[in-house]
Amino acid sequence: MEAFINEFPEVLQAFGYTVLLFLCSGVLSLIGGTILVAMRVGPIAVLNKAAATYVTLVRNTPLLMVFFFFQFAAPKIGINLKFVDVHIGSFDFTSFFATAVVALTLYTSTFVCEALRSGVNAVPLGQAEAARAIGLPFSGVMREVVLPQAFRASVPPVASTLIALLKNTSVAAVFGVLEAAAQMKIMTNNHADERWGIFLGVALLYVVLVELVSLVAISFERRWRIA
Amino acid sequence: MTALEHEPRSAGRGEPLVVLTDVQKHFGSLHALKDIDLTVTSGEVVVVIGPSGSGKSTLCRAINRLETIDSGTISLDGQPLPQEGKALAKLRAEVGMVFQSFNLFAHKTILENVTLGPIKVRGLSKSAAETKARELLDRVGVGHQADKYPAQLSGGQQQRVAIARALAMEPKVMLFDEPTSALDPEMIKEVLDVMVDLAHRGMTMIVVTHEMGFARTAADRVVFMADGAIVEENTPEQFFTNPTSDRAKDFLGKILKH
Repeated sequence: MEAFINEFPEVLQAFGYTVLLFLCSGVLSLIGGTILVAMRVGPIAVLNKAAATYVTLVRNTPLLMVFFFFQFAAPKIGINLKFVDVHIGSFDFTSFFATAVVALTLYTSTFVCEALRSGVNAVPLGQAEAARAIGLPFSGVMREVVLPQAFRASVPPVASTLIALLKNTSVAAVFGVLEAAAQMKIMTNNHADERWGIFLGVALLYVVLVELVSLVAISFERRWRIA
Repeated sequence: MTALEHEPRSAGRGEPLVVLTDVQKHFGSLHALKDIDLTVTSGEVVVVIGPSGSGKSTLCRAINRLETIDSGTISLDGQPLPQEGKALAKLRAEVGMVFQSFNLFAHKTILENVTLGPIKVRGLSKSAAETKARELLDRVGVGHQADKYPAQLSGGQQQRVAIARALAMEPKVMLFDEPTSALDPEMIKEVLDVMVDLAHRGMTMIVVTHEMGFARTAADRVVFMADGAIVEENTPEQFFTNPTSDRAKDFLGKILKH
């Protein structure tokens, strides 16, 4: 445990990357998932199929493979994020970070889409019919009536998805981002006799972070309960 | 109500507003709408009655294209119903719809339920829409509930809000799809009173209902449907006292006995 305490600033910095990865890809996944679900439940057959195919393709692929694709395969066909090189305070946002955000976002969006779709299915059909009956176009029906209620109904599954995302950020450790899991690997290498304490400390911090996400989800559930 | 009985409005006084010509609709092998020809003129109150599964709700829902039809034409104020998209939305704004299950927007307050259409579809300012909404809510007797959520209201109150929500769009015609069928008996009257008041004010109404009392007092014409077809059309008085078809005689015999 001594190493964990001595190197706590490094641990915090690493968890900073974990949180930043989570926040960036979390926000983008919520936006992406919302767009995907609008395409999936929308009236345009082409968009419908496109979203369904995308979800099937990406959701059924291991996250590690999505990372591999963007790290090694995508550059071969001209897709790379080498232009990303931003430094803010002690944090470096390089192409490794950007690639991780892209991979996590594309992967998590599919799960957000399906979580939101469960929420859309929970909204009674009559709500959409009433919205159409007052003359709202499809976009208005979704924005004003269906999605707000779908979001409420899908807080628990979306929270689960985001919790999975928070833990999935550890895959970025393999691809050049010095986040919590990578830091843990370095520390267990340097202090082989203290591995037990290091594992426990890092695991506890993950537990605390996930618990924070749960608490935010619960507060949203409470706030939206009236309807 | 009595004024109306003394002075029945003539069905043909207005221009044709809703015109259905040779409308056909199938649900799989079920022929839900058969050869429907119906013209509703401006200011007319048409009550559609008939046994369950006779196609009356489908007819009502087809008029603002919540159900698509297989063939035939439906036109509103001379315009055929558009297939999809913006044009259809625009036309739906001209048609008020009241559902059996109210369908108030569960996440919005009563006031927001009534102002949503006027603000988003008609482009009214929030304050103008709210002034109008409060007037309408007062008129249907739920003005003091404006800031509550639908689930906090009784069924009768919710249905009156639903009527106010439809009226806020200033529709050319109001469709009622069994508006009292989901209500407790003691709440039916408060909703029917609002509908009778609306009929008195000259609103064009197409009402699918099992309320024979309403048909007698407020309707200009009764349309009787069975097995997807219009079997008989007549004034309420003629229809209830002297039905011509056997199917209507049988139906009235069953419902008027008790």
